[in-house]
Amino acid sequence: MSAPTTSTGISDEVRELANQEYQYGFVTDLETDVAPRGLNEDIIRLISSKKNEPDWLLEWRLRAYRHWTTLTAPTWQHVTYGPVDYQDIIYYAAPKPKKRVESMDEVDPELREMFDKLGISLGEQERLSGVAVDAIVDSVSVATTFKDKLAEVGVIFCSFSEAVQEHPDLVRQYLGSVVPYNDNFFACLNAAVFTDGSFCYIPKGVRCPMELSTYFRINAADTGQFERTLIIAEEGAYVSYLEGCTAPVRDTNQLHAAVVELVALNDAQIKYSTVQNWYPGDADGNGGVYNFVTKRGMASGRNAKISWTQVETGSSITWKYPGVVLKGDNSVGEFYSVALTARRQQADTGSKMVHIGKNTKSTIISKAISAGHGQNTYRGLVDMRHSAVGARNFTQCDSLLIGKDSGAHTLPYIEVKNQTGQVEHEASTSKIGEEQLLYCRQRGIPEEEAVSMIVNGFCREVFKMLPMEFAVEAQKLLTVSLEGSVG
Amino acid sequence: MTVLSAASGVLAGFEPRLGARDPAWLAEARVAALQWVGEHGFPTHKDEDWKYTGLAPILAVPFDASTVASGSRVTAEMIDEAAVDLGGPRLVFVNGHFSSEFSRVTGVPAGAVVTTLAAVLAAGPDRLEPFFAHAPGVRHAFAAFNDALAEDGAFIHLPSGTIVDEPIQLVYFSDTGGVPLISSPRSVIIADSHSRATIVETYAGVDSDVYCTNAVTELLLAEDAHIEHYKVQNEPTSAFHVALLSVRQGRGSRFSSRSIMLGARIARHEVRVQLDGVGAEVSLDGVYLPQGDQLHDNTIFVDHAATDCTSHQLYKGVLDGRAHGVFNGHIMVRHGADGTDANQKNKNLLLSDRAEVDTRPRLEIYTDDVKCTHGAAVGQMDEEALLYLQTRAIPLEAARGLLIYAFVHEMVDRIELDPLRAQLERVVATRFGSDATVVAP
Amino acid sequence: MLKIEELHASIEDKEILRGVNLQLKPGEVHAIMGPNGSGKSTLASVLIGREGYLVSGSVTYEGQDLLTLSPEERAAAGVFLAFQHPVEIPGVGNMYFMRTALNSLRRQRGEEELDPVDFLALAQEKMKLVEMDQTFMNRSVNEGFSGGEKKRNEILQMAILEPKLAILDETDSGLDIDALRVVASGVNALRSEGRSMLVITHHQRLLDYIVPDQVHVMTAGRIVRSGGKDLAVELEAHGYTGTQEADAGRLSTAGISR
Repeated sequence: MSAPTTSTGISDEVRELANQEYQYGFVTDLETDVAPRGLNEDIIRLISSKKNEPDWLLEWRLRAYRHWTTLTAPTWQHVTYGPVDYQDIIYYAAPKPKKRVESMDEVDPELREMFDKLGISLGEQERLSGVAVDAIVDSVSVATTFKDKLAEVGVIFCSFSEAVQEHPDLVRQYLGSVVPYNDNFFACLNAAVFTDGSFCYIPKGVRCPMELSTYFRINAADTGQFERTLIIAEEGAYVSYLEGCTAPVRDTNQLHAAVVELVALNDAQIKYSTVQNWYPGDADGNGGVYNFVTKRGMASGRNAKISWTQVETGSSITWKYPGVVLKGDNSVGEFYSVALTARRQQADTGSKMVHIGKNTKSTIISKAISAGHGQNTYRGLVDMRHSAVGARNFTQCDSLLIGKDSGAHTLPYIEVKNQTGQVEHEASTSKIGEEQLLYCRQRGIPEEEAVSMIVNGFCREVFKMLPMEFAVEAQKLLTVSLEGSVG
Repeated sequence: MTVLSAASGVLAGFEPRLGARDPAWLAEARVAALQWVGEHGFPTHKDEDWKYTGLAPILAVPFDASTVASGSRVTAEMIDEAAVDLGGPRLVFVNGHFSSEFSRVTGVPAGAVVTTLAAVLAAGPDRLEPFFAHAPGVRHAFAAFNDALAEDGAFIHLPSGTIVDEPIQLVYFSDTGGVPLISSPRSVIIADSHSRATIVETYAGVDSDVYCTNAVTELLLAEDAHIEHYKVQNEPTSAFHVALLSVRQGRGSRFSSRSIMLGARIARHEVRVQLDGVGAEVSLDGVYLPQGDQLHDNTIFVDHAATDCTSHQLYKGVLDGRAHGVFNGHIMVRHGADGTDANQKNKNLLLSDRAEVDTRPRLEIYTDDVKCTHGAAVGQMDEEALLYLQTRAIPLEAARGLLIYAFVHEMVDRIELDPLRAQLERVVATRFGSDATVVAP
Repeated sequence: MLKIEELHASIEDKEILRGVNLQLKPGEVHAIMGPNGSGKSTLASVLIGREGYLVSGSVTYEGQDLLTLSPEERAAAGVFLAFQHPVEIPGVGNMYFMRTALNSLRRQRGEEELDPVDFLALAQEKMKLVEMDQTFMNRSVNEGFSGGEKKRNEILQMAILEPKLAILDETDSGLDIDALRVVASGVNALRSEGRSMLVITHHQRLLDYIVPDQVHVMTAGRIVRSGGKDLAVELEAHGYTGTQEADAGRLSTAGISR
């Protein structure tokens, strides 16, 4: 005879969110060239001079800094965190040797070992996958592969610092044209102190022959990372760009305030994919990266198309709204997102689609998963201006909850000033399906694996937008992040 | 500082309404409420809940602090036209004060109380303490203003098991004769366990009068109480209308409210429902039909604080001219409110190139055992359908009217009171140039 | 193989199973019939370990206490349920799902996992049994499947997972005659000496195709009559009501067929 058993549902099993060890949390012992803590005009001058920048750029930085000192950090996000002491952050940390690297062979072996641990051995990657990689550690770009091959078709892919030296006119023309230095608190801080990032220029009519990829990593302690990415696709050009992020385990929070600007001219297309796996902090919410990022695309030309795809599994706090300004007639904006918050992670993310041109179209697909004490907020704006005749938007936001202490919030803003505009927004929130779990388990699939399978299925619509290798990595990340979310 | 100065501008001359025999708690609540307005000012677009609703046109009016305007032009015909007589008890308020001349209290079962707030205030207002002392005024300046100034309105108490068959009609009519008056009707409805009633509120006034109705209606539903509520807002487009419907629901209670928003230059109808008891159900519907320069704002907050509660919202708007529509719906599911089933839908039809709509459905969920959905849509007339109707020899204008009627009809159909439904059908037909009888099923 | 003794189950203070006794030998096919709400599906749910029930009594399966095992452990031990309402799992490919399931079972049994190529060969062979083609395998689990397709998909899974005890819960419901024929022939093909089946059905129709060794009648949470396959025919003629009344007097003693 068995004792009476009872249960109210899956929650007993699923409630607990244990600690999954963060796989990428190693610290590489690189000798680092660091600036003193804190922020003032001297630090900005130091950064600018270290990077041998032209005066106009220093002036731009200083304008940004002066404006930033008049701002206060925003509080409207649906996240809570302690005050950030901006004077206690190191704004510049370059791994030594800092001299420019011309080929993979010149890269510091220790650094290369680190990339191997990250699973992106540059040498291997160069040979095997045909993906051009720019790797950014802390704030400095350390290696850009495949430069020569890209140069043959006129594609410029290099670190931001290099672009400032080699292509100053392009940088000057487009820097801040999509995200002005005074856009918001964090974008403004970035404009003042950004140290590196990636620059990419696809000339007229060129289809970039390979995926371009940047790997970001925060390595030094107490370092902020402020990279800046600028991608310009000239008329009829096409590029697919991938961005991956990791950071070591630290018990203090690290600030990551990046800016990404995309410009797509007539008939150009930019596909920007992110797999964000910054350190999420431990089960009690200690440590982790504050990921406060401004990403925006300007579809300035006719028929231009900009797609954002993001898989956000890391960071203790994620705060970003990759958006598209649909200025060109018939231009298209897309946003596909998977955001997972487990442990005590918080995410306030979504998209902004601003319809200005005629017959502009936008699509937003958001899949949010909250487990443990995770809090996940979708916040989005669909703004249809009076000029946007015939504009269309479709938005679908689905949230999945795993555990009693998780939270999911859906906060769209829809503003329509055009009689011919059409907007459709749908959202749903529910617990992970108990019947689905039972079905899987009845077939012999252990509960944890079943949860991961169901969640991956829930996200499939977004994963299929990612390039193949990234889709595989994203699924693994999701599985790893969910491990321990089942009792 | 502009906020405060605007507030003090409006506040100038206003004093809390203190009766000589008022108990201390009431005087304190009124003074505190006015002070609150002085300190916090009126909401601005930076207030998330007022983001899209500019109050400048209201704050620009030098409102008169006096409590009465004559209302001498009002006739029974005017009241009947504004609020079709439903045959049951009917309380009529002119410029915020009870008018016995136009009122009728019949068909009220023994034990049930259908009277005025003024009567309760005069007789001993202690039963109102929970409503004033924990007033909704802390939420925003208009509700606080009502706390400070409210003198009259309906007071209804349904003891346990009371069933009122006839709908109880509350009519708020304004005839200010050129005096820019703020009226502050305050109605309190207490439904004890297993009681049941239908309440119909109508707000209307004399054309071209500039005034502001700042109404608060509070309902308290005990276990298994069942209240159906209707609100018809048809103030003249020279007037302003700000209203708060605040509801608390106990275990197993059911509440439905259907709002029909037609009039006013700026109208805001805010509904706050607190689901406190296990298994409570609420259903909120609204239709808003602004045209010209009208702004119609529907703000809804449903708070799921108990397990196994259900909430539904469906709001539909048709916007013409330079009209502006706002839907701001918020569902909160508290930690532990398991078994919640909540949904929310907002649909809008834009008829003009100058109309604007801002919609913001919101879900805020802190537990996992929920089923919540929301949806919002903005669109225009289906061109295919229009063409189809034209090929069937229906003129374009009539075809448009037909399609709008079809869009609104879902809402009209939900009105279970025949005379009220007929009234709204006429309004829709007149407004959109369609002959309702052609399309009525 | 399976021995159920005095099994009680209740949900939210409502007792649904009120002392079920049943014994199933290897290779036997038993049918459980009964009116709606008699507890047939609850019995299936309790046997596979659906949560939410307060359970007492005992269920011994191959000598071990089944009630202490988790659903996936029961599956690994060879218990399979063809669900009455198979749930849809959006985004999870049917083929991938079945391979994961089979490999989970193999892993739990200490057997080697099948790679995708070997699995495909296996699946293609089994698909013939239920007349399914590859397109089913490429769709998400049960998503957008018709009622008949869902039931065929259940039998396909049974064929691939090769359980020792298969419980078919209303597998005939909602099927037209052609689909019923396909499903039944699939099931019959899977009958074997080592595999027992518990066929739960409301209608005698299914039993024309899947001929049981024994038929049990369940009403109000108990098995009130047991007999050979002719009992099903009798029930079809006289209905459950007659059975209920006729057997009301011997509720407490009926049930076990040894």
